[in-house]
Amino acid sequence: MLKQSIENLGNRTIQGVWRIGFAARFFVAVLLHSGTAFRRFGLTIREMYFTGVLSLIIILVSGLFVGMVLGLQGYETLQTYGSEEALGVLVALSLVRELGPVVAALLFASRAGSAITAEIGLMKATEQLSAMEMMAVDPIARVVAPRFWAGVISMPLLAALFSAMGIFGGYLVGVQLIGVDEGAFWSQMKSAVDFEEDILNGVIKSVVFGIAITTIALFEGYDAPPTAEGVSGATTRTVVTSSLAVLALDFVLTAFMFRGLG
Amino acid sequence: MQHDTLVEIEDVVFGYGDRPVLKGINLTARRGQVIAIMGSSGCGKTTLLRLIGGQIRPGEGHVRVAGESLGELDQAGLYRLRRKMGMLFQFGALFTDMTVFDNVAFQLREHTDLPEDAIRDLVLMKLHAVGLRGAAHLMPAELSGGMARRVALARAIALEPMLMMYDEPFAGLDPISLGVTGNLIRRLTDTLGLTSVVVTHDVQESLKIVDYVYFVSEGMIVAEGTADEIRASDLPYVHQFVHGEPDGPVPFHYPAPPYAEDLQLGGASA
Amino acid sequence: MNKTVLDLWVGLFVIAGIVALLFLALKVGSMSAVKTSSSYEVVARFDNIGGLKPRAPVKSAGVVVGRVADIRFDNETYEAAVTLRLDKRYAFPKDTSAAIMTSGLLGEQYIGLEAGGDPQALKDQDRIFLTQSAVVLENLIGHFIYGKAQEGAPQ
Repeated sequence: MLKQSIENLGNRTIQGVWRIGFAARFFVAVLLHSGTAFRRFGLTIREMYFTGVLSLIIILVSGLFVGMVLGLQGYETLQTYGSEEALGVLVALSLVRELGPVVAALLFASRAGSAITAEIGLMKATEQLSAMEMMAVDPIARVVAPRFWAGVISMPLLAALFSAMGIFGGYLVGVQLIGVDEGAFWSQMKSAVDFEEDILNGVIKSVVFGIAITTIALFEGYDAPPTAEGVSGATTRTVVTSSLAVLALDFVLTAFMFRGLG
Repeated sequence: MQHDTLVEIEDVVFGYGDRPVLKGINLTARRGQVIAIMGSSGCGKTTLLRLIGGQIRPGEGHVRVAGESLGELDQAGLYRLRRKMGMLFQFGALFTDMTVFDNVAFQLREHTDLPEDAIRDLVLMKLHAVGLRGAAHLMPAELSGGMARRVALARAIALEPMLMMYDEPFAGLDPISLGVTGNLIRRLTDTLGLTSVVVTHDVQESLKIVDYVYFVSEGMIVAEGTADEIRASDLPYVHQFVHGEPDGPVPFHYPAPPYAEDLQLGGASA
Repeated sequence: MNKTVLDLWVGLFVIAGIVALLFLALKVGSMSAVKTSSSYEVVARFDNIGGLKPRAPVKSAGVVVGRVADIRFDNETYEAAVTLRLDKRYAFPKDTSAAIMTSGLLGEQYIGLEAGGDPQALKDQDRIFLTQSAVVLENLIGHFIYGKAQEGAPQ
């Protein structure tokens, strides 16, 4: 019984390492075949429509609500210490450093990541990728790389929009609804939020998340068994794996970036 | 090697993992011929086609197309050779996010620098050849199975290949589409000077159009000959296949332990 | 989907994203990148900096004139060497004094500069000699109790 479960664990570990190795090779192959994605930028723009523009609604609405909730909750807490003017700082820092990149990435993983996996998986299942190969067109260069770069470009823009929308939401609730002083709200925010330390690091985070999510989504699609269950399983795995990857990467990046400030 | 041989498969052995699929296959296709590879489902026909297309490499032996050995080509060489090949997939494998027109234009746009109006003329010519010029603006989802396959055929011949491969071109077609597709394969081969390799299990339809037939069973060529020779053949396997008899050399039952034993009728083991 | 419509949407998306980034950079955050080009650094040594942190503001007459760039411990003098990065627009006399202050009772700590009367101005890499360390609350309370004890003690 014990031997059996240890064997199972070993088997799963070996398979996991295999998959990580394949994914890494896949990632390198995508980078090496990225020429087409830039030479024919129209291909990438087309994919940016599907990954970026179509994710806009969910990103903007979620950003607004997250910001409004931050405004309410932050006010409640800050009021206890008599420093309601710091509401702007609280909303802006939480959004720009953490919530903007992370929540936008999680939404992106479930909105665009799953769509990418399903699309690539179906293209594989219906032999469209094989057909492309037989027409002497490399599917990695023609299909995968443009989607990769579209995701990597879209992600920081979406995260910035999420943060901006969230700050606007916090402003609506804090200043317009509750009545925190508008001047203090903005000026305290401005003096506490640093461009390099906070905003640039947030952008770097979202670029890393974009790379992770699109790589996982594309790999799962490309690696999916060519059946209906195969594609649906791969889609689920994309959302689960990339969400976990985003949260784990966030911890690692945060530890590196803000270590010096403690 | 003869000059007019386009495809030559020599002692090819291939397996997926531990499961052997092909156990020493020899096969040739001459220029201008339509050859058929027949056999029951799962006998390795499609694998053979993938070997010719260079999507997989043989474990042993050689696959030569136009004198070049596919096992020794790098990716660039393989892609160069594939520009001279066309392949029709079983369900067409049309790009679902493009119109019929863009599907047929795909290779022209990828591999040539032709101006858009020249591409337009070429695409309409190819679509006309398969009788679907009027469907140029449709999306693949709006086509019937037979139409999708004809569009895929137009797409495959867009760059005027020297070798066309067909993977089960007759599967799942109504009798009219069946005849249309068979005729198209023969006509395109003759008018464009192609060589065609058809993988199929539809005996009656393919025997009407082919020049030479190979029968594959359990990874080996068990019979070969012209259409007439095959019809007249008295080899048990070919006879069973051509006449569609349910039992014969190809058994109805998948190998299994004795029926009574499986149902535990003996009572000894219980 | 028409190609031009698609291009238009992606263009709008990119513009909106860049506007959001600019909003974050200019309206929400302060561009610290500017300070490298138009600032100068001076060093001040303190016996005790309390809870001062890098990037804490440097204020004069309550106006932010720079930020703390770096804090190091000098192992020879056992003092804290604090590098202040000041805005080029503000020049201070050579005998300016620096003190570590606290905004409010529990607020963040900052450095306050008090201008002196020297005709010469501080230049890059100059040192501020007149410094006043942070007031550490525990010491203050300690002094207070000690003082009370002394008062109450029989002479």
